[in-house]
Amino acid sequence: MAKVPVQFTLNGEEKAEFVDSGATLLKVVRDKLGDTSPKSGCNQGTCGACSVLVDGELRLSCLTLAETCEGAHIVTTGGLAKDGVLHPLQRAFMDEFAAQCGFCTPGMIMAAKALLDRTPDPSRDEVVEALSGNICRCTGYEPIIRAVLTAARANSQNAA
Amino acid sequence: MKLAKSYFADQRKDDLKELGQGLQRSDVPGHVTGKTSYFADRHFPGMLYLKMVRSPHDHARIRKIDTSEAEKHPGVARVITHKDVPHNVYTILILIQVGPEDEQVLAEDKVRWKGEAVVAVLADSQRAAEEAAAKVKIDYEVLPAVLDIEEALKPGAPLVNEYHGQNYYMYDSGASRKVRFGDVEKGFAEADHILEQTYFSSPIEQAPTETTGCIVTPDGNDRFTCYTNTQAMFFTLDNTSIILQMPGHKLHMVGGTVGGGFGGKVDVTVEPIAILAAKLTGRPVSFIYSRHEEMQISSPRAAEKIVLKDGVMNDGRIVARQVWGYTDAGAYSRHSPYGAQKGAAHYPGPYTIPNVWVDTWCVYTNRTPSSAMRGFGVTIADFALEVQMDKLARLIGMDPLEFRFINAYRDGDMKAHRQETTGAALIECMQEASRLADWPVAEKYLQMSSYKGS
Repeated sequence: MAKVPVQFTLNGEEKAEFVDSGATLLKVVRDKLGDTSPKSGCNQGTCGACSVLVDGELRLSCLTLAETCEGAHIVTTGGLAKDGVLHPLQRAFMDEFAAQCGFCTPGMIMAAKALLDRTPDPSRDEVVEALSGNICRCTGYEPIIRAVLTAARANSQNAA
Repeated sequence: MKLAKSYFADQRKDDLKELGQGLQRSDVPGHVTGKTSYFADRHFPGMLYLKMVRSPHDHARIRKIDTSEAEKHPGVARVITHKDVPHNVYTILILIQVGPEDEQVLAEDKVRWKGEAVVAVLADSQRAAEEAAAKVKIDYEVLPAVLDIEEALKPGAPLVNEYHGQNYYMYDSGASRKVRFGDVEKGFAEADHILEQTYFSSPIEQAPTETTGCIVTPDGNDRFTCYTNTQAMFFTLDNTSIILQMPGHKLHMVGGTVGGGFGGKVDVTVEPIAILAAKLTGRPVSFIYSRHEEMQISSPRAAEKIVLKDGVMNDGRIVARQVWGYTDAGAYSRHSPYGAQKGAAHYPGPYTIPNVWVDTWCVYTNRTPSSAMRGFGVTIADFALEVQMDKLARLIGMDPLEFRFINAYRDGDMKAHRQETTGAALIECMQEASRLADWPVAEKYLQMSSYKGS
């Protein structure tokens, strides 16, 4: 099958790959680049487990063709911690018991980050709306909503 | 959360200080950083993708399987049929002598449910495997199907599973699991009222976010490493060993991390065929259910039909309970003979009833095999029992919570299946529930204890 060259940054690192035409960003990030933090839960754009940020926008990597990401900046949950220091969302998900099996967690954190990046002090309704594309089968969602609100408060206190 | 330490204080040596304290899960740092390793978080050079060709019919005889076109499809490495499986007929609980073996790993002569595995296609890519699978030709003679418990038990119903010979599991106690305690007919004769109700439930899919699957690598010495998300590692190891006729030391099973299971990953469905594929091709093999397969193929909670007949006195005592419980196992046993049996022991519920008669049946139909899910065998039973309790309380004009206090089991009570009650705490739970839910009950119930004589 014909290969397509593609270059982008993944969590700040420059990457260059030859990918199958039609390969999804999810498959390339996981199988070729070894960042397995985005998960394949449905591979049809309904569960949100594969969520990543592409140029700051929340995207379903299972429905995003890798070749459309030329020159993009891609961020995954696998790249959130800096020098061993967790992102406030990661800390809040731990403290609020917002993960059980953990499979939806990287996608949830990406959806939450996309929200907090544009709305640093969201209402509960805004959090619910922002997470509405991500399915969690274990927690019942309430601890996740609490974690996002907690992280938002931690951010605003740090800023103040 | 507060701990009510006044209950059973004389039974406790420590001060139970852990309750109410936060404690971090040991696995959560991995979850929030994306570092937790699930079975699919690995990729091997030369890996093959397995696509299963499945029955489009609820019930059909297989006349002919033609894989010649599929084998010629570009990228296909191997096509596997029943002929390749060393011990093709299995049943999971044979490990504890609950037979007969009643399910074909790959269907040979018949398919008994829509979705049954028939042919496995292995190719270089998922896409090639799916394209080639579409080229497998199977000639079916469609048979009449049985799609619910009542149809299955009718005289002359089509036979679902020849390995059983009838549409229900034959226990050593006969066609059903039986509990007989006291004299239920005498109880009904004495009762002020009798209430008989029938309850139905549908199958329920566990719907884990991570679908069922495994990845297998040949180690090069006729030994295989299988990364799996099974919830039942030793069922998987031992059944794979039987199906492939390979000693367990050749099977290196790696598991432990499951992206949601809820019982749906207790059956042995992907590992034997993926390991066989790795053995036949000498290459790593990935067999991962699609979301569609997870919802339609993986075994759900069983549908059930429950008939409850209770005799109750005007003073609130239940004096007789008769139960007919039916578990829809689907086409194969899997764990259902056990689930139906568990129900038989459970049916009186947490209540002391002097006369009990229970029959539970494990019934075969042409539906997706059902299996484990969160307390299977008793969860739907509890739903029916507690709805029945509310109806009984209404029938005699009694408060439903006070009605439960009157019938609650207490230490020393003999249960219908001949286990003496010990460590009961139902009364104390209901006392707390009464306070928390602001559902007042008469003072005498607040003075009750699970201890006898107080």
